[in-house]
Amino acid sequence: MEKGKNFVLGIFEDEDVLVHGVEQIRTEGVKIQEVFTPFPVHGLDAALGYKPSNLPIAAFLFGMTGTCLGLTMMIAMMGYDWPMNIGGKPYVPLPDFIPITFETTVLLASLGMVGTFMAICGLGPWNNKPFMFDPRSTDDKFVMVIDLAKNKLNNQQIEMILKNHGAQEVNFKSLN
Amino acid sequence: MQVTSPVRPPLVTGGKTISDVTTDICKQVEGKPSKMWIIAFTLSVICLIYGSYCLWMTWWEGLGLWGLNKTIGWAWDITNFVWWVGIGHAGTLISAVLLLFRQKWRTSINRAAEAMTIFAVLCAASFILAHMGRPWMAYWALPLPNTFGSLWVNFNSPLVWDVFAISTYLTVSLVFWYVGLIPDFATIRERATGVRRVIYGALSFGWIGSAKHWSRYEAISLVLAGLSTPLVLSVHTIVSMDFATSVIPGWHTTIFPPYFVAGAIFSGFAMVLTLMLITRVVFNLQDYVTIEHVESMNKIIVLTGSIVGIAYITEFFIAWYSGVPYESYAFVNRMTGPYWWAYWSMMTCNVISPQLFWIRSVRRNIKITFVLSIVVNIGMWFERFVIIATSLHRDYLPSSWAMFYPTKYDVGDYLFSFGLFFTLFLLFAKYFPVINMAEVKSILKSSSGKQQDHNH
Repeated sequence: MEKGKNFVLGIFEDEDVLVHGVEQIRTEGVKIQEVFTPFPVHGLDAALGYKPSNLPIAAFLFGMTGTCLGLTMMIAMMGYDWPMNIGGKPYVPLPDFIPITFETTVLLASLGMVGTFMAICGLGPWNNKPFMFDPRSTDDKFVMVIDLAKNKLNNQQIEMILKNHGAQEVNFKSLN
Repeated sequence: MQVTSPVRPPLVTGGKTISDVTTDICKQVEGKPSKMWIIAFTLSVICLIYGSYCLWMTWWEGLGLWGLNKTIGWAWDITNFVWWVGIGHAGTLISAVLLLFRQKWRTSINRAAEAMTIFAVLCAASFILAHMGRPWMAYWALPLPNTFGSLWVNFNSPLVWDVFAISTYLTVSLVFWYVGLIPDFATIRERATGVRRVIYGALSFGWIGSAKHWSRYEAISLVLAGLSTPLVLSVHTIVSMDFATSVIPGWHTTIFPPYFVAGAIFSGFAMVLTLMLITRVVFNLQDYVTIEHVESMNKIIVLTGSIVGIAYITEFFIAWYSGVPYESYAFVNRMTGPYWWAYWSMMTCNVISPQLFWIRSVRRNIKITFVLSIVVNIGMWFERFVIIATSLHRDYLPSSWAMFYPTKYDVGDYLFSFGLFFTLFLLFAKYFPVINMAEVKSILKSSSGKQQDHNH
């Protein structure tokens, strides 16, 4: 977290009030930095103007890699490196390769996608003391964070807007 | 916005608030272990130690310690393997398939069911290793050049497919389970102090719960569910092909894949019920795992139990209709031969007893459900024993017909898997959040008892 910054924290207690509030507050020209919630709130990402995640595309690409790697491995081993005559059957029996190709596809798609997710969210066991604006956002509160430097309005104006749109309490937090 | 029909009963009872969910679930993780837990854990560890001794002896002395003979080369080992893998199907089914079908009742049980899946697959893997006889050579099953010479594994073999299927399933289930655990570990981290804060901090991977992260989390959960659904079906399909692609009468059957998958779901749900009915009482979670959950699971048990029943009857019909004398004999021998008692135990436990769940009052009766959930798993164990041992025990040469008598080590190795399973499950139940807090919180508003009261 950058030091010397001032934030306004709007604490909400209801997810529907929050989603509605986010829409209203944004139309009033306040830039919201981020909202922290204890559980995934449906419609919140759309209200904040976030685009849908591209992670499913990453999963598809990783899955295709898995398909190619699995097939290549089996064709290379059984077709080229050491072809075996098993009852006169083809050296490269594609139908027999379907199960393992499927498994390698699923394996790489899941591991690749979750790995990408961890990387872009900065998650990992080394990150054991993350900075939380308000720890209650892992319990039952929805915390809206507004960076004062990025807004033209002052403290009082933002506080008024937040309170008008359902914030139960408004706190100020300076990082130093 | 999610719309829930007002006629549906609430999924979480007792008028719980979001904060109550945190407190109720974290209480188990934060408190001292209860007396019941310590007793159960001690018993499991004793079972595990005795089982480890038997397993060690099996490895040290060789498979001669088991009751196998030259006619019956697979008996309890593969029976136990298929049984555990089957049990290990419910977790991913509950979290993946029920997520795709938007069945919200899954949220209270998916965490424990997924944990059960992972532990059951580990137990199954222990039998794969044990039945190899020389487990230190297990890496020969991997696509490595044979003894580092030139020959590769045979990719035509379902046993090699199984290696890929089971290891992929274990990995993906573990990842799916852990991704779900991350936000809940963050909740525990923020409540903890001292060493516990460091440990749960590391376990939580630094989760902060921002809307951006949740949006990505939801995206990957859906894709993981989409990937796991065909995966879970593929695993038992491939296990069934270990038998179906052989030429043994009684195994060489094209209906095996769907029949095994239905049986797996059947036994898995029964095991989830057995565990959850105990867990909800011990940990005071009656408001989260309600009668409605039990009833929904019983409906799936009666469905899959009926599919299994139809599969048994279809097998018989085809054995007669195909006109193959070996096939017909294998099935008549199952029913009336020396293993008739195993066959009829299977029929009673799997086909007849679950039909009681057609009656609503039985589905909603905790005691009957508990007993029947155990009966189902006894039946499913017999199913695998019937398929494996009775198809082998009378082969083409009557002079080599034999019976299988388990030894102390067959029993001991089976006990090992129970010890391992319950030790791991009890550790999970004590130190991990046993119910997915974040998901339960997300359904609270649309379907909690409190909301219902407001509506009336």
